[in-house]
Amino acid sequence: MSLRLRDQGRLIDRSTRLNFTFDGKSFSGCEGDTLASALLANDQMLMGRSFKYHRPRGVVASGAEEPNALVNLGTGGRFEPNQRATTTELFDGLTASSQNHWPSLEHDIGAVNTAFSRFLPAGFYYKTFMYPRSFWKHVYEPFIRQSAGLGKAPQDRDADRYEHFYFFADLVVIGGGVAGLQAAHVAGEAGAKVLLIEQTAHWGGRAPVDGGEISGKSPEAWVAETLAALEAMPNVTLRRRCMGAGVYDHGYVLAYERLTDHDPDSAGPRHRLWRVRAQQIITATGAIERPLSFAGNDIPGVMLASAMRDYVVNYSVAPGQRTVVVTNNDDGYRTAICLKQAGLDVPRILDARETGGGTLMEEARALGLRIDCGRAIGKVQGGKRVTAVQVCAQNGTGGALEEVPCDAVAMSGGWSPVVHLWSHCGGKLHWDAAQAHFRPDAARPPLGRDGKGFVRAAGAANGALQGALADADSAARETVSALGRKPAKTALPEVAEAAEAPLEPVWLMPADAKPALKAKSWLDFQNDVKVSDVQLAAREGFESVEHAKRYTTLGMATDQGKLSNINGLAILSDALDQPIPQTGTTTFRPPYTPISMGAIAGEARGEVFQPVRRTPMHDWHEANGADWEPVGHWRRPYAFVRSGESVHDAVMREVTNTRNNLGLLDASTLGKLIVRGPDAGRFLDMLYTNMMSTLKPGRCRYGLMCSENGFLTDDGVVARIDEETFLCHTTTGGADRIHAHMEEWLQTEWWDWQVYVANVTEQYAQIGVVGPNARKVLEKLGGMDLNPQAMPFMAWADGQIGDFDARVYRISFSGELSFEIAVPASQGQAFWDALMEAGREFGVMPYGTEALHIMRAEKGFIMIGDETDGTVIPQDLGLNWAISKKKADYLGKRAQERSHMADPDRWKLVGLETVDGSVLPDGAYAVAEGVNANGQRNVQGRVTSTYHSPTLGKGIAMGLVKHGPDRMGEVLDFPGTDDKVYQARIVDPVFYDKNGEKQNV
Amino acid sequence: MLILPCPYCGVDADETELTPGGEAHLTRHGPGSSDAELHDYLFARENPRGVHFERWRHSHGCGKWFHAARSTDTLEVFGTYPAQTTEPPKEICDKITGERPGWSWRIFG
Amino acid sequence: MSEAVSALNKAGFDGLARVEECGLQGMITLRGDLDTRAVKSAVKAAVGVAVPGVNQVTLAGETGACWMSPDELLLLCGHADAVQTVAGLSEALAKSHHLAVNVSDARAVFRVSGPFAREVLAKLCPVDLSPGAFEPGMIRRTRMAQVPAAIWMDGADTFRVVCFRSVADYVFGILKAAADADAAVGVF
Repeated sequence: MSLRLRDQGRLIDRSTRLNFTFDGKSFSGCEGDTLASALLANDQMLMGRSFKYHRPRGVVASGAEEPNALVNLGTGGRFEPNQRATTTELFDGLTASSQNHWPSLEHDIGAVNTAFSRFLPAGFYYKTFMYPRSFWKHVYEPFIRQSAGLGKAPQDRDADRYEHFYFFADLVVIGGGVAGLQAAHVAGEAGAKVLLIEQTAHWGGRAPVDGGEISGKSPEAWVAETLAALEAMPNVTLRRRCMGAGVYDHGYVLAYERLTDHDPDSAGPRHRLWRVRAQQIITATGAIERPLSFAGNDIPGVMLASAMRDYVVNYSVAPGQRTVVVTNNDDGYRTAICLKQAGLDVPRILDARETGGGTLMEEARALGLRIDCGRAIGKVQGGKRVTAVQVCAQNGTGGALEEVPCDAVAMSGGWSPVVHLWSHCGGKLHWDAAQAHFRPDAARPPLGRDGKGFVRAAGAANGALQGALADADSAARETVSALGRKPAKTALPEVAEAAEAPLEPVWLMPADAKPALKAKSWLDFQNDVKVSDVQLAAREGFESVEHAKRYTTLGMATDQGKLSNINGLAILSDALDQPIPQTGTTTFRPPYTPISMGAIAGEARGEVFQPVRRTPMHDWHEANGADWEPVGHWRRPYAFVRSGESVHDAVMREVTNTRNNLGLLDASTLGKLIVRGPDAGRFLDMLYTNMMSTLKPGRCRYGLMCSENGFLTDDGVVARIDEETFLCHTTTGGADRIHAHMEEWLQTEWWDWQVYVANVTEQYAQIGVVGPNARKVLEKLGGMDLNPQAMPFMAWADGQIGDFDARVYRISFSGELSFEIAVPASQGQAFWDALMEAGREFGVMPYGTEALHIMRAEKGFIMIGDETDGTVIPQDLGLNWAISKKKADYLGKRAQERSHMADPDRWKLVGLETVDGSVLPDGAYAVAEGVNANGQRNVQGRVTSTYHSPTLGKGIAMGLVKHGPDRMGEVLDFPGTDDKVYQARIVDPVFYDKNGEKQNV
Repeated sequence: MLILPCPYCGVDADETELTPGGEAHLTRHGPGSSDAELHDYLFARENPRGVHFERWRHSHGCGKWFHAARSTDTLEVFGTYPAQTTEPPKEICDKITGERPGWSWRIFG
Repeated sequence: MSEAVSALNKAGFDGLARVEECGLQGMITLRGDLDTRAVKSAVKAAVGVAVPGVNQVTLAGETGACWMSPDELLLLCGHADAVQTVAGLSEALAKSHHLAVNVSDARAVFRVSGPFAREVLAKLCPVDLSPGAFEPGMIRRTRMAQVPAAIWMDGADTFRVVCFRSVADYVFGILKAAADADAAVGVF
């Protein structure tokens, strides 16, 4: 059994008890515990089940690399799946539940999969779910979906807040172990601006657990002293619970700070994502111990040797009472010594090396521990808990020599540097045969924007398992020089470390294990990938490490193979009979461990998920029934809905009222660009298809803009203000885009032309005063002569309307008498109020974008984005009248001369009128005779806009039809998605007031 | 996430402050050009692994378009320069030659 | 003339920093050749300050000039004076190619003040706002979360933020979130 010991426990406070639940059962732990250490202290070794076979699993590690102990954490708005118990700090009231089982952790029906495991080898799904094809959707997919996924997806909206923080540093040191502390200290003393981050809540990393002496002090004392020195430096920033998640191009580092996970009820943001730009980076990310591959190495109670001593030293928890230690290196002896000194039984140390270890072995022997060299574990006995191990010779097939009863196994297969952050941005690796691991190749670092390396690895992360401090010191000095600073002349701390004998690589235990044993030797615990699976993948031709990974799912779980990758690729290399460096590694991608979606989103959620652009009258619209329509980032009222009315009713009412009385439109969102200079006319002649330089001051002209590819991209009314100044209206979505388009041509092509552009869209509240009573309401407010003689159609003038400075444009997009009036935005609401008040006697009503659309469609006016979609040229829309034939050039002119653009078979704009008065479905296609090569009906046109016209009392539409203008009166078939075939007659697109009399009342 | 120094305002601009504009030093072909010239102007683009010349706009900043000479494989930035030119400045070409002798791109113009 | 109202009518928020919409502010976009004597004297006459250097602001109380681009300034003046000031600039620069336009109502202005003001803005802008890197007299046009903004400092702990009027509500929202009283970073 596992339990709390009497002494040790450097990180816990026994006097503060914390209550928590696991699978509904109440437990208690100590302040400073992780969820994993607290569960172990309560003899809860079984923490979850594996993904594929639902095998019972206990905790195997003590940190970020944990593959097994994943839990659902929290409830409601704080529920989060797949949280590692080893990195979850315990707090009072924590609730956790285990994953991957039904109905319970103890009794799981899915565990039957393990009995059939020989029928579920690598690639099982690919091989099995192929035939018959008819099973894909209704048999295989539901089956796979039911078993896919680890924890549950949260149901509620996240209750917490998150934020980003932009930070700039000379140096970011990732990892707060002794190597990171030393590196930060050296750089800090040299005056560099340093950010030092540590993913756990504690500084010092493994050193305080592993022992030895630094500068004649215990590692713990040295850490405290160095930390105090760093805290005193104003140029050094220290953050705990802050993980280096990724290293990206040009010194960009993402650091993931967990502010309240350990205390969820405290105020403030839960996570903060630091978006750091660093000149230089040091990865002092340490190393991760590798498991050994022997049969039954996944049975709860089998743990990494280093993790086991972490639990003893840091949390005073003994994972077992009788622990067999199995190792291929000297470090494993530290665990045996630690356990023995804690008063626990270590019946056997199995050292796979024939010659055993060095001074640590001697120390263990002196403590009276029995050491068997050249020995291995043949098989672990037990189900939900280790009961015994069978001991065999390492150089054999697994024949049992002896059975040793025990309740825990500590395994050490050597150490792999954490090279992830070095590798994220292109740092290359070197195979270190002596230590049997990949470590950073300093000659091939990630390159920065100056073409030079900007990342250095330090300490164990650099493969310096011994002499980590000296390695970090030299990395820091090199970095300081790269920053153009001088390192201070401080002496390197003296380190007393036990000399270690060389490790012997052990990729399979025993070396010639029988197939039955290999089929129980786990590589990837979370995804249930075994030695036999990788060997099968190699036999079946998945020789590339990236292919073998996908085929077997090795390293594809939430831990991304932190424990399994090296062991897996060693097995693959062996199966392919090639050296490990030739096999290589899979790609390391950020983040190092999963980070929350909330941290990625930062502030962008809820009300500020996206900017919403508001006109000066937004609040009035909101208070008066606006049914909002997003147009770009703007919100425009689609209609103003009154009580008892449907949205459709409101739209119909607004159209009818505007046609008969008076409507007000908030047109503030239309883009307004001032174009000024001696070359302004010439410039606009290039931008618009028609001639703008001939426009007279005081007059307006409708214009079209095309891309260089010839396609229609924007339209609007241009007003000439004076000889050198034009005001160009764009579509609502077009202001920023067209402004940028103008600047682009002025800056990059015609930079010698004298033209300045300014975007004044938001300077004005612009209101369309529309309908037969439009002039009356304005005359009532008074101030300007708006008679047709003074203000003819397509004229504009500055003046006063009532109390307001106004610019009045007599233009119409509805076909009615219409004035668009611009006033300063700061007075927009007041002007709107004045119009509503004065307009009451004239039947004023505001109208929204849908009424606007219907009225323009009744008049046959095109709308950018409806009649155009990036493939339509003005000629398709019958707009040849707006294309100057006199101009030698305009943007898009040459492209429109291409044969395809001049093809008489292009679809052209027509009006469409349903035979029965119904409304054509939007986007419907007109079918033609015959079928195409894919067996689909041939088509000859499509609907671009379609509405019910209350003015005409029937459905009207516009569409593009092959030879359309030559086929007036013809009836086309438009099959709908509702199985009805709509019939519509080709007609003139101007449905209403063909002579344009209404706009001149 | 690149950083490019804007040659107009001198700001070391984060990529999120910039808008990319594709290949630099294109020659506009308008009316009177051949179909082949128009085709190349509109559609034919370099896609090198290595030295490349691009257009960028400091859109969330001073608003100016500029050119960047950089490597598409290592992301090294050789230099940035104003857009009012038909070819890169000599000192940038010399710098590239110093680091990558024998580099080539299409003919400027 | 009817009474003018700014985008958020001086709304305020107190947290890590005080965030307030400044109300009406006269603002003029002036484009021209900033090196010419004509522009220099016109700016001096209009707002009483010298043409600022690259990425600089020159302030004199409520008036001032902000460098926006190699050929663009944002001039600050009283809201009621903007129309007259534009007319004066146009007259003074009649002989040089230029563009002067009133943009007072196209923008919203915020003040963010207090000891944590730097941190509040550093949560939203990809700019080094640490002391020494950004100081009074400097201006930075940048991205504030998802919208463009210009920021400068009026004093040791006081920033001005200018954004488009239509997104004033959004900018106020993100500033309030960043200025949450319990969200201090504690590095500046």
